[in-house]
Amino acid sequence: MKSRYSIFSLARNALSYHEKWPQAWRSPEPKKSYDAVIVGGGGHGLVTAYYLAKEHGLTNIAVIEKGWLGGGNTGRNTTIVRSNYMWDESAALYEHSLKLWEKMSKELNYNVMFSQRGVLNLAHTLNEVRITKRRINANRLNGIDSEWIEPEQVKEWIPLIDLRAKGRYPVFGGSLQRRGGTARHDAVAWGYARAADALGVDIIQQCAVEGFDIEDGEVKGVRTSKGTIQTKKVGIVVAGHAGVIANMAGFKLPINSRPLQALVSEPVKPCVHCVVMSGAVHAYISQSDKGELVIGAGADSYNGYSQWGSNPVTEDTLAAICELYPMFRRMRMMRQWGGVVDISPDASPIMGLSPVKGMYLNCGWGTGGFKATPGSGHIFADTMAHDRPHPIAEPFALDRFKTGFLVDEHAAAGVAH
Amino acid sequence: MLLIPCPYCGARAENEFGYGGEAHKVRPETPENLSDGQWADYVFMQKNTKGTYHERWVHSQGCRRWFNVIRDTLTNEIQAVYEMGETPPEVDTKTYL
Amino acid sequence: MAQRYRLSKGGRIDRDRLIDFTYDGRKLQGYQGDTLASALIANGRHLVGRSFKYHRPRGFLAAGAEEPNALMQIGTGARTVADVKATQVELYQGLTASPVNAWPSVKYDLGAVNQAFSKLFPSGFYYKTFMWPHSAWHFYERVIRSAAGLGKAPDKPDPDFYDKRYAHADVLVAGAGPAGLAAALAAGRSGARVILVDEQPETGGSLLASRDEIDGKPGTSWAEQAVAELRAMDNVRILTRTIAFGYYDHNWIALLESLTDHLAEKPDDVPRQRFWKVRAKQVVLATGAIERPLVFRDNDRPGIMLANAAQSYVNRWAVKPGETAVLFANNDGAYQAALDMKAAGIQIAAAVDLRQDPSGPRTEAARAAGIDILAGHAITETQGGHRVNRIKVAPMSEDGKQLAGSGQTLECDLVAMSGGWNPTVHLHSQSRGKLRFDSDIASFVPDFAVQAERSAGACNGTFGLAAVLAEGETAGRAAAEAAGFSPAAANGHYKAASDGFTPARWLWLTPSTKPVGHGGKHFVDFQNDVTAADLHLALREGYTSVEHVKRYTTTGMGTDQGKTSNVNALGIVSEYRELPIEELGVTTFRPPYTPVTFGAWGGRDVEEFFDPTRKTPMHSWHERAGAAFEDVGLWKRPWYYPKAGETMHDAVQRESKAARESLGVLDATTLGRIDIQGPDSGEFLNRIYTNGWKTLKPGFCRYGLMLGEDGMVRDDGVTACLGENHYLMHTTTGGAADVLAHLEEYLQTEWPELQVYLTTVTEQYATAAIAGPNARKLLAELTGDIDVSPEAFPFMTFREGHVAGVWARVSRISFSGELSFEINVEAHNGLHMWQTIIAAGEKYAITPYGTETMHVLRAEKGFIIVGQETDGTVTPMDLGMEKLCSTKKEFVGRRSLTRPDMLDPNRKQLVGLLPDNPKDILEEGAQLVETVRPEPPMAMVGHVSSSYMSPTLGRAFALALIKGGQHKHGQKVYAPMTGDKTIACTITSPVFFDPEGERLRG
Repeated sequence: MKSRYSIFSLARNALSYHEKWPQAWRSPEPKKSYDAVIVGGGGHGLVTAYYLAKEHGLTNIAVIEKGWLGGGNTGRNTTIVRSNYMWDESAALYEHSLKLWEKMSKELNYNVMFSQRGVLNLAHTLNEVRITKRRINANRLNGIDSEWIEPEQVKEWIPLIDLRAKGRYPVFGGSLQRRGGTARHDAVAWGYARAADALGVDIIQQCAVEGFDIEDGEVKGVRTSKGTIQTKKVGIVVAGHAGVIANMAGFKLPINSRPLQALVSEPVKPCVHCVVMSGAVHAYISQSDKGELVIGAGADSYNGYSQWGSNPVTEDTLAAICELYPMFRRMRMMRQWGGVVDISPDASPIMGLSPVKGMYLNCGWGTGGFKATPGSGHIFADTMAHDRPHPIAEPFALDRFKTGFLVDEHAAAGVAH
Repeated sequence: MLLIPCPYCGARAENEFGYGGEAHKVRPETPENLSDGQWADYVFMQKNTKGTYHERWVHSQGCRRWFNVIRDTLTNEIQAVYEMGETPPEVDTKTYL
Repeated sequence: MAQRYRLSKGGRIDRDRLIDFTYDGRKLQGYQGDTLASALIANGRHLVGRSFKYHRPRGFLAAGAEEPNALMQIGTGARTVADVKATQVELYQGLTASPVNAWPSVKYDLGAVNQAFSKLFPSGFYYKTFMWPHSAWHFYERVIRSAAGLGKAPDKPDPDFYDKRYAHADVLVAGAGPAGLAAALAAGRSGARVILVDEQPETGGSLLASRDEIDGKPGTSWAEQAVAELRAMDNVRILTRTIAFGYYDHNWIALLESLTDHLAEKPDDVPRQRFWKVRAKQVVLATGAIERPLVFRDNDRPGIMLANAAQSYVNRWAVKPGETAVLFANNDGAYQAALDMKAAGIQIAAAVDLRQDPSGPRTEAARAAGIDILAGHAITETQGGHRVNRIKVAPMSEDGKQLAGSGQTLECDLVAMSGGWNPTVHLHSQSRGKLRFDSDIASFVPDFAVQAERSAGACNGTFGLAAVLAEGETAGRAAAEAAGFSPAAANGHYKAASDGFTPARWLWLTPSTKPVGHGGKHFVDFQNDVTAADLHLALREGYTSVEHVKRYTTTGMGTDQGKTSNVNALGIVSEYRELPIEELGVTTFRPPYTPVTFGAWGGRDVEEFFDPTRKTPMHSWHERAGAAFEDVGLWKRPWYYPKAGETMHDAVQRESKAARESLGVLDATTLGRIDIQGPDSGEFLNRIYTNGWKTLKPGFCRYGLMLGEDGMVRDDGVTACLGENHYLMHTTTGGAADVLAHLEEYLQTEWPELQVYLTTVTEQYATAAIAGPNARKLLAELTGDIDVSPEAFPFMTFREGHVAGVWARVSRISFSGELSFEINVEAHNGLHMWQTIIAAGEKYAITPYGTETMHVLRAEKGFIIVGQETDGTVTPMDLGMEKLCSTKKEFVGRRSLTRPDMLDPNRKQLVGLLPDNPKDILEEGAQLVETVRPEPPMAMVGHVSSSYMSPTLGRAFALALIKGGQHKHGQKVYAPMTGDKTIACTITSPVFFDPEGERLRG
């Protein structure tokens, strides 16, 4: 690494008025050809490039990004990280990812502020209790930390909650994953960008894909706003825009793109110490290190590519927060925004080979892509390098919509991801 | 908050409506003659256009009738509405990268 | 001395109404009409906050919504509000306020120790450290978190309530300053429905703080007259204390009206705030402009404020923000502030002007008034602990990049600065309108609109009162015209001053004696402590996109959302990157313009109105009987009826036994009901359900299974053939609405040729299911006209007649496995029917039972519950219901059932489970393994979907879905639970009771 970050390097650089810090990454122009091109400079794409270079010996790699790196859903989500998924296939994927989260700051020498403060999923109906316990039991037998907690314990974790919620949606308990938590989303993109750049990866921003050169079903190059780039391996990692890219390559995906909203309050002193998710009431809340209440809203009910969401969704979300946390009615929304998410029919990602040889897909993460960032990139790099799905990626192939082998997370979590 | 012109009731706020996704996907008459892939195309695959998109809506909290809408999925501009079974009117087709 | 800095006259305050308030524990006084900010200034309080990161002492920068520093905790207890800008708080009797982010007090703040280490805290420092040892982040984070945050969230439920209101307008005018008033007058006179909103308690906008004249009279008088005329129009609604904070799709504008925050006594019948949802045909934005600070060394000391803020305090609130002021400006307009201050008795030590050759009408007026102008000078240093007391000024080189020559020191307690004006383009930008950089004013102005809106006045980059008024008038007329009205010709022009604030000189960064970052701090974002050096650092490190700069440094991300900092930051970035600003682009303006209360977004949709509660006609009886209720969908259903001293377990055992041995009764009203008529009804059912319907004759019932197109079970229920081409479909309780929508969709979109009519009739009926060996006897007693004999009334038929003296349709169907009749009456007869049944059933010890007992009984029979045995991944074959899937016809979902994965023999299939220990009740949701290992991971083969203790079987039993389970009857599986407990079970058929169905058919 070019320059290690530490308290000592901070002190040293303070003496020179912080004028000697090196660039975190270069801003190269694209070369004529690369061994692999990653389309999409968000978290998943940057991690893919990092591991292609680090573990698979590819050195001539480009990440191309239409806007600025980390500017898509990586920088727009509510930063929840957990791995307590019900199905074995999903659990393997997200747990693989969670293990990489646990060593990310050290690996990257970049503090991504991964905070294992615990993730609480509340159960408000008898049916939710049943589904939650089913998930907890599956997690436990898969070796993933997950436990049922009773209402009194919920109150200990989140003292402000109204357990009875005026009787409409009482809290019957919930599941707790202590290793779950939050991270600083931008830092994830920046940390991996810096690390990938140090391994020689060219990160090319402000470079939009305009088409692909495909001959006899094989990809030969990527046409971009900065010229054509020859390559035989293309990884498509463009959350929200997978359908647009697939259209360019001549195939369709089982994906609807929808805006997903989030909002933050003004910063206040610490009052929410873990992540609290409530599926039945549709209230997802945590508190950033700066003190803002970070609230995840639902996805719009209709397709859209605007980076703002529909108003009824905001109203419903805040009504839910007001219902479960009546004291937060006096808190104030400081900023709201949206990101475009790829919704797949089974709420599980699509990873692996595409109908075009040499082109690989990593999309369909829906509302839950952030937590998968390191695992997804790690597995996807392996898939690209070996031209076959990594074992963890196998169940998530596009083919499953033909065979019927869906990994239907609706069964496990409703909308909560 | 979209203002959606229901062909039967007039313009109403979006929260009166339900969404039905891509329009003009015709349910195959004899699904048993389709390959698994063709059936998956019908059930799961989406055009998911960024730009001018033909889609179906239903006025769930009004007349409960289905109809088609042509909407720009980037700007939310509604370019046309027309009844089920009608030929889509000509509009400027917008697409975006 | 009380209000020592109050001017003896002037100001829009009511000197007869003295107001007591408490600030930081001290009792102070102000007047009605004051803001908290003006009242504090009247009392000489300038140290009103500590900055976020360095805890530097801060005073008022502004007088309005853009204030970054003076953040207050307002009120105490359940009504407290955090992070409120003192400049936006109207003073009221008894108000309590205290600064946030300072401990123990704003004067002696321990956090100020951070200043000593500030060199270690450049932008993004936290990304570079706190990584050792690796596991310690949790510790560091706790320290960081408690240091961060500003005010405190309330910890008690909000006692107030909030309201929402819809409104439609032909023309919505946002902002009631000169442009907005002129626009509203023009539109209102045309007859258009106008809504005029302004965030302030009174209309007038910038006129309230200025001495400018319109048509030869004070601007405030003109504004009062304009409002009087508007108030007299029936077609105009004026909303004050109302901010247009969000501009959304299709000209939907969100307003927040504040109704009680300014009142000393909070009425309990008035909402605290009202959220207005306005759909406007046309919008006129007249939102004004915000003055831009100058970025110079240590420009953040209390007493350094925007020139317009100082002017506002003097003119509008009649308070003196200082005794001796220095004007620091780069433009002509700012000199009016100096003139106004001078007129109010503030000594003007000097005007430090970045311009080499200061000119313009206001400059000339200042010169004529004897104000000393230091041309081509910069403030190079400021001093003063809790308040500025001295500044150093020096001449600059011609290019303004460095100093040229030695300077002088000036004593002052107020620096009024002006770096020009930024049009408030937030709403225009939120509406997706495009912006362009106007180099004349060095700021962004609206380029073109995308929605039906137009900007007028300062928010459009138009300065100079005459031009602002004219543009407002034009915009109002044009908007009315576009909305279909015909405004009369304008009667003459408004007469007012025509000068804007230019000429000006644009220097983004003011030089000092040391290079930027080497000494002192040049603040850009005051709230988040972002300096020019921080911006430079981000750029040097490669964070070059404006979004990266913003996120890395956090500039513009505070509660003021960069109202005073964004354009300065862009200017500094542009200069450093040597790129024109227009090529950098702007960061997106996100709603809301100012923070908006969560409660207002939630409105009344909380507590009893959060979701509707549906109750059956018999609900009151269940309540009197002491039932515990379960929420099923939106319905409240009796769960069980505990008698005194009974646990849930006891009650359910008793209820189950009663139904099996004598007679039970269940309120089954909540099932969904859809009336289906029309010549193609039979064909329609054939396509919707998996099984065949063409042979079903009137008077008969049939169970049906409904799939999604993916082949998965989505609903089930019994449908009765009421007559030729007339059916009554029953759905699950929770599925009624979805099933109706599903049916309508197919009818309208896929099969419009079918003549079928659907009517939801769920609410029309009340249903009691009587079940048990004595059910027939009871029914016989209750009816005179229905032959209940087994021969006359066989299983899966229904009869119409009278029960309990009222019309009834009785279906002989059974979800309990018992001899059972479901008695349907008109809903209004429900309670009567129920009470009659209970009274007549007494001799059979009739026992009402709830959903829990219903579950036990149906599970003993292996009957599924959609949503419990199924979860959207279960096919009919998985449930052993392949016989219900007709091979002779097409139905929704059929094609999916032959995909490879559906044919996999190892799919999870419905089975029964008997725990080896008959007392072990498996946990619903328990996972099952075939091989127990000492510790995870263990390969799971299925899960428990339903599990109960059965008094009939005398043991615990369960239903489960197990891989290949249909062929594993007799094999063992294990449920490893927490705490090393493992429950061994045997796989069985899912039917535990009366497999031949003799009882229900008997």
